[in-house]
Amino acid sequence: MAGKSHKKEQTGALSIKNVTKIYDPSGVNVKAVDDCSMEIAAGEVCMIVGPSGCGKTTLLNAIAGFHSITEGSIHLDGDLLCGPGKPKAEQSAERMVVFQHGALFPWKTLQENVAYGPTVQSAMSAGEAMEKAGQMLAEAGLGQFIKKYPGEVSSGMARRAEIVRALINDPKVLLLDEPYRAMDALTKQIMHESLLETYDRTGVTIFFITHDLEEAIFLGDKVHVVTTRPCQLKKTVEVRIPRPRSFETQSSEEFRTLLEEVNEAVHEEAVKAFQAGEREMA
Amino acid sequence: MSIVNSFFSNTTTRRGVGAIVGFVIIWYFGAMVDDWTGYDVLGIGLVPPPGDVFTAFLGVIPKAGYWMSWVSSFSRVLTGFLVAMLIGIPFGLLLAVNRYFRGVFFPPFEILRPIPPLAWVPASLIFWPTNEMSIAFVTFLGAFFTIVINVLGGARSIDISYLRAAQSMGASQFDLFWKIILPGTLPSIFTGAAVGMGITWEVVLAAEMISGGGTQGGGGLGFFIWNSYMGGSLEQIVVGMISIGIAGYLCSSAIRKIGFYFMPWRRLF
Ligand SMILES: Nc1ncnc2c1ncn2[C@@H]1O[C@H](COP(=O)(O)OP(=O)(O)O)[C@@H](O)[C@H]1O
Ligand SMILES: [Mg+2]
Repeated sequence: MAGKSHKKEQTGALSIKNVTKIYDPSGVNVKAVDDCSMEIAAGEVCMIVGPSGCGKTTLLNAIAGFHSITEGSIHLDGDLLCGPGKPKAEQSAERMVVFQHGALFPWKTLQENVAYGPTVQSAMSAGEAMEKAGQMLAEAGLGQFIKKYPGEVSSGMARRAEIVRALINDPKVLLLDEPYRAMDALTKQIMHESLLETYDRTGVTIFFITHDLEEAIFLGDKVHVVTTRPCQLKKTVEVRIPRPRSFETQSSEEFRTLLEEVNEAVHEEAVKAFQAGEREMA
Repeated sequence: MSIVNSFFSNTTTRRGVGAIVGFVIIWYFGAMVDDWTGYDVLGIGLVPPPGDVFTAFLGVIPKAGYWMSWVSSFSRVLTGFLVAMLIGIPFGLLLAVNRYFRGVFFPPFEILRPIPPLAWVPASLIFWPTNEMSIAFVTFLGAFFTIVINVLGGARSIDISYLRAAQSMGASQFDLFWKIILPGTLPSIFTGAAVGMGITWEVVLAAEMISGGGTQGGGGLGFFIWNSYMGGSLEQIVVGMISIGIAGYLCSSAIRKIGFYFMPWRRLF
């Protein structure tokens, strides 16, 4: 594929096999994910699309190691993250999450936020970490804002800074949970361009949850449509639009065709979810 | 000169000063209305006019006794408050982060918490050897419960994403506590401190009036008011009340200043 000459082509392959997640089996017993399998190649941008409350966040949390899985296994580059005998993956900087509602520490400046990872890992001295953080924020177009607190910048900038905070840890996989959800279309467009630019530079594997179909196709190599709860893989759509992609891509014939294809699959599930009265928990 | 200028060019300050002047004018008319019309509006006519109170204020300012009242009330408030902070903050944080600690200490805490501080006065007068210690104890209690409940609530409501993010980046339990939970709880600590400070003043004043300036544990602004009441000096009662208002204002501004110092990210709000 065009423009794919990344340093980390070889790492970040996720293999999700027959994963089932039941919340509180002895109590409320909610089956959020059911026998779900997907393969995500190293350096791939993998978009997960599905109705609200279907179990997308649950799957992401399992990969990140925030909670256990009930059955199945998840491997990263062939190493077991969680599976039989090890229900919960360890949390690690190789799998960094960008949260649905944003999780920059409000009490740290953008620069301090970004420097936090290398500092606690003692990977760099505090001074070096701050310098690197400043540099990376500047590369992401946030040079003027490094001394600002998250509460002082727009949500778009905060989200960008959060991605930088994840990337400074040199993760194998970047896990994003509807990061641009509450943004207007114009801001989103800018966020997309900036994410793609980052991706083209780092080649990090991206696991990206959204329910914005245009976003899914614009950003993704593959779009995995999942079913309403419990979450299963319903359909995978491959996006062969070459990179680097630009704004104009979205008006192309190819883009529109793919959009229809995804929309059809999602719509069916959305109707089911709506009829089941599914609501989303975060 | 420039200080005066910048003082009055600040809209907030100008508004505040204007409001106080306006209040004094209303007070003046309220106090004078019975003299002018012969009718007393709801007992307001008994209130001494601001001029008389001002004269009484000038009268007490040179007196050492008046300033001693400030000193004793302040030292009681600060002692009770600081001890409550010193014990309450770690106690609240421990309740928040340790399940076993919470299991053991939270139930008795919740039973003692609803007891109003003043209900402790008789018992503590009996238990503690000196009145001064009883006052200190009751003052401490007043602030302690409020501070603990705020710290606990604040620490428990920290967004779990912060903890997850920090852990993913490799934070140890130690880092989590000092770099995430503590700063995340600071706003609640300062809310607890502000409310707790208000309660300590209430408690100290009431305790000073109750203990009534006996041989020990007396004095203070509470006793100053009580004494003025016994001496029938209405002007001095109001002087005492205004003094307490000023003292409370000084304390809450100090807490706000300290809060800004420790939470620079909150200056934006
Ligand atoms: N801790 C939990 N306990 C019980 N049920 C949960 C819990 N977390 C999520 N759920 C349920 O699991 C389902 C999937 O949730 P989630 O993964 O957040 O959905 P999505 O991210 O796709 O919107 C929802 O029905 C939700 O109510
Ligand atoms: Mg979700």
